[in-house]
Formats: sequence, C-alpha cells, structure tokens
Amino acid sequence: MTDIPEVPALLDTLEQTLRRYLSDRGITDPLLVGIRTGGVWIASELHQRLGLAEAFGELDISFYRDDFSRIGLNPRVTPSHLPFETEDRDLVLVDDVVMSGRTIRAAMNELFDYGRPSSITLVALIDLGGRDLPIQPDVAAHRLELPPSQRVKLVGPDPLKIEVREVKA
Amino acid sequence: MTGAVDLSAHDRASRRLQLTEEGQLRHFITLDGLDQAMLTDILDTADSFIEVGERTIKKVPLLRGRTVVNLFFESSTRTRSTFELAAKRLSADVLNLDINTSATSKGESLSDTLLNLEAMASDMFVVRHSQSGAPHFIAESVTPGVSIINAGDGRHAHPTQAMLDMLTIRQHKQRFDGLKVAIVGDILHSRVARSQIRALQTLGAEEVRLIAPGTLLPADVDSLGCTVEYDMRRGMKDLDVVIMLRLQKERMEGALLPSEREFYKLYGLDTEKLALATPDCIVMHPGPINRGVEIESAVADGSQSVILNQVTNGIAIRMAVMSMAMSGQVEDRAARARQQGGDL
Repeated sequence: MTDIPEVPALLDTLEQTLRRYLSDRGITDPLLVGIRTGGVWIASELHQRLGLAEAFGELDISFYRDDFSRIGLNPRVTPSHLPFETEDRDLVLVDDVVMSGRTIRAAMNELFDYGRPSSITLVALIDLGGRDLPIQPDVAAHRLELPPSQRVKLVGPDPLKIEVREVKA
Repeated sequence: MTGAVDLSAHDRASRRLQLTEEGQLRHFITLDGLDQAMLTDILDTADSFIEVGERTIKKVPLLRGRTVVNLFFESSTRTRSTFELAAKRLSADVLNLDINTSATSKGESLSDTLLNLEAMASDMFVVRHSQSGAPHFIAESVTPGVSIINAGDGRHAHPTQAMLDMLTIRQHKQRFDGLKVAIVGDILHSRVARSQIRALQTLGAEEVRLIAPGTLLPADVDSLGCTVEYDMRRGMKDLDVVIMLRLQKERMEGALLPSEREFYKLYGLDTEKLALATPDCIVMHPGPINRGVEIESAVADGSQSVILNQVTNGIAIRMAVMSMAMSGQVEDRAARARQQGGDL
C-alpha cells in the first residue's frame, strides 16, 4: 500500500516550493488558474495561502480534449471563468494530478485562446508519472509511482482527501 | 412531469430517430420526444458556448476537420449566417448551398441531391426546407454517422429558434416552473410557435397562453395543451414572458385579417398593453420585427425587451446542438470508417 502524505501537508509543501519558484524567477504578480474540478480546489487553497488580491480563474477543458472523435463530448461541461486579462501576465496553472499530460496540453491550448501570457508555471499536487507527452510540472508536492491498475483521485472540496482507486481492465 | 409519462407513438418515433441507444443526441429535427433532461443539457452546454463568445479567440477545436453543409432549400440570411458562424466557431469547415438555385430547380429529387452531397464527405447537414417533414426524411435516409439539424421546415418546427428563446428566458427568469408565458400573433403560420410551445411545456412552464384572433390559430389548437385568449388586454394579465410573432404576410393566403392597422390595435404590443403584465415581464420576438405592425418601437427598444440577446444566444444554442449531435454520431462514424477501410 503506497504511502501518500495527507493533503494539508502536501499543500504546505506546494506553497513553500511555489513561493521559492516564483521568487527565483522574479514573478511578483501571478494569476492562478485551476483546472476543473480538482485543480480548482487546489488553486483555491493556494490562492488563500499566497494571499493574492486578484481572483483565481477556473478552466473547463472539455472543448479542448484530444479524444472528442473517440468518446464525444462530456455532458457535464460547464463554462470556464477567467475574470482577468491574460495578455502579458504570468499564469500559474494548477491541477490535482498530472499523468499523461493531455489535460495540461488541452489547458494550455485553451489559455492561449484568451490571450498571450508572459509565462505559464505548472503546479501539480501529485505527479503520477506515466506521461504520453513531454509536459512536466514545474512544482509538484509529491511524486508517486502506481501499478497500471491504479489511479489517484482528489475528492473534496471539504475535506480534501486523496483516494487510490482500481481501474477496471 | 415528463420522463415517466406515456410517450405518444409519434414521440417515441422521434426519440428513436434523434437519439442513440444511450440517449445521446444524434439528429436535431424536432423537440417532440425530447425530455426535460435533454433540453436542460442543451441549455447548459450553450452556457459554456456563451462564455467562448466572450473570449478574444471565439473558437474551440471541437469540430476541427469536420465539414458542415448548410442545405437551405428556402432562403434565410439570418438563420443561415448564425449556423455558419456557429460551425466556424467550432472550427468546422462550412459549405453553403442554396438549393433553390441549383439542381432541384432542374427537377432533381431530394434523395438524389443528398446522395450527391454525401459524396463530398460531409459530417453534418443543416437543413431548411419549405416542406414540413423534409429534415425528417433526410435523417432517415442519410448515411449513418451523418447528423441532420433542422433549421426550420414548413409549418412544422424550428427547434433551434425555440431553444434559443428558452435560453433567453432562463437567463432572465432563472427557472421555468411557475412561469406564465404568452405567444402572440400569427401562430397558424409559425413553425417557431409550435416548437416554443413544446419547449415550454417540456421545461415545466406553468402556463402557455396563445393570444391571437381565431383566424390565426391552427385547427388543432385544442390539442396543444395551451390556454387561448382572443382578447389581448385580458391575455396580458400576470404574464412573465410575452413572445411576439411576426405577421407572416407572405404566408397568408386569403384575407385572414381586416388590415395591419386593425391587427396592431387589437394584437400589437404597445406600452399600454405591456403595462397590464407583471412589472418584470420580458418581451421577446424571434425576428425580424415589423415595427408598428406587431410591436411598438418604444417597446421593441425599451427596457423590458430582450430581443437583442437572442443573437448571441442563437449562436451558442447552435454550437451546443451541433457539437452534441456530432458527439452522438461518434460510434456510427467510427463504424462507417472501419467499413470503408475494409473495402480496400
């Protein structure tokens, strides 16, 4: 049974590492954007901890997925909400779990349709490995190796917990 | 109160034609047979597309590489351009065919026209036709994997217009239960009205009230499940929404009305009549409006009018319906591709 730290501890790690990462790069005015649904919960936590003035954004990537021609449209799509201009801003893209990297690719494609950001920093609570694409988090709280039959899922929003689930063959 | 209710044979047939076995949309021909959950899904999906319309780049890659053909047997610049814009915002390639000017005017049958078009490998046809039932016929004979969207057929239906009207109502009123909605004017010749009545009832409006002279009501009005009011002043009482219909002069055969002036006096929406409704009553009109015939300019341009919202909503609804139908055809398209690959 894999040993995963509790979410509050992971958030502490995330906050510390992100602060250092942003200050090393001279990023003083970041804009947080969370990917639905888990990424939004994490973005909300980070937003509070970092004490940012501007609201954080929420991204629904359903229209940008690369598997529409195989599985069709997600019936639970909801509107994205970016209450700011992204042009020339330093964005911090937040997701709960990064695995294949396809979600992040979709998210970046979508972000660029709002404007041209100065930079995008990728933050993940859990880095699960198993990439299909050359995309890596800049900041991750925990690296995890799981057998192919298992996945992690963040459940929440209150309390936030990580669950390990079996994937049906 | 829908869902568990006994569907008529017609509704069942409409369901079978328009939905996959899993209940996903694959053709959008009529609102008959579609339940409240499906209509709500369409409205919810449209909400996401409204947000897309507010971005710098108003496009999503969903239908990239797909071809959408606007097959308009009856001309309509406005409807066709919103469908075209909707398809383009979904990144599809769009082909506009005004069939009145081409082969069918030379006598080519509907099926043959279709076969020739299918050879162009389109994924979706948006069809407007003066004959009721034409899109239905096309949906039944088209290759599996190709979606048909009804852009208005004869006097039968105009489902995308009705859905954009429902979106507008939801934006202003938040919910449908408890709502009293009136449709006023030339209901007899209006395919929009038929679809609106169906949509309102399925979504749970408390009352759908038809306000019109007897000569502009359809023969089957008693079976529509609406209240009827010949006196507009009485009909305006307690209304939350009033939908004005255009007086369809070109569709009228024979003198169904004494004059336009008479019509305006009795059935035109002016400031005085609007004041008889609830203070928050919204004014809608599918357009194009005839100022001074069915609606006073002051009302059309006034604070209670939501007529302009409808353009934005029209694009969003059409994007929703097109992407949902394309999504519903995924399996049939894959099967067809496998089959075509196997022919080699």
